[in-house]
Amino acid sequence: MELSLENGTQTAIFYILSGLIVGSAFMVVSLKNIFHSALFLVLCFFSVAGIYILLSAEFVAAVQVLIYVGAITVLLIFAIMLTAQLYSPSIRQSNEQVIPGIIIVGTLLIVTLSVLRRTSWRISTQGIEGQSTVSIGKSLLTTYVLPFEVVSLVLIAALIGAIIIARKE
Amino acid sequence: MLSLYHYLSLSALLFCIGIFGVLTRRNAIGILMAIELLFNAVNINFVAFARYIDPQGLTGQVFTLFVITVAAAEAAVGLAIIILIYRQHKGVEVDKVNIMKW
Repeated sequence: MELSLENGTQTAIFYILSGLIVGSAFMVVSLKNIFHSALFLVLCFFSVAGIYILLSAEFVAAVQVLIYVGAITVLLIFAIMLTAQLYSPSIRQSNEQVIPGIIIVGTLLIVTLSVLRRTSWRISTQGIEGQSTVSIGKSLLTTYVLPFEVVSLVLIAALIGAIIIARKE
Repeated sequence: MLSLYHYLSLSALLFCIGIFGVLTRRNAIGILMAIELLFNAVNINFVAFARYIDPQGLTGQVFTLFVITVAAAEAAVGLAIIILIYRQHKGVEVDKVNIMKW
């Protein structure tokens, strides 16, 4: 279902969400306290869910909030708590490769943006019809039923593997 | 008026920040968090393509769900490995974990 918002409002929301995403992502990679990084990661995931709603993908936004904000962040915070001494701010959190990292990332960003600028995409003139949740559900159980089942096997195997790896001998 | 270019630029920016985190973090959990940022950048790309190029099929949104599932599996296994490393080395700084280097 298309959002019934004016173009100006949509643009404003997009820029607010982008600012939140980029700012909190920067905090995630640069803060000294790893626990605060995890909290900024939550903010980043929430803003990405907002971007999904702006792109009229309600179901993906709901899944994002449930799995990323609900599950993965809790796992990360658990891991931070279990490795207790780490989140003391006195430990140096970044290595000595910050300057080469900035150079590499800057080059990558410039190249990517210029490629994006020059590519002419085959933009479809149609919008998303009806509820996207309905068509996602239909294609998950018809066209993509095999990947759907395989990914559930992958998930159960990974979770059992995680328990076996982490248990005490 | 928003276009595909806006979303792809946002995703490129997020991806570059994630790469920076992977390159510079010492803490293994920090690296995992940066990898989650990379996943999110890719997912924004998928959903934007689904909206602007293939709005009838929505293949991108379906693929995003698969990416999220695999990301959850990756986080579970990765954190289990990190906890194991912490038990053996009393720390998870990746530059100190070099037992496979000779």
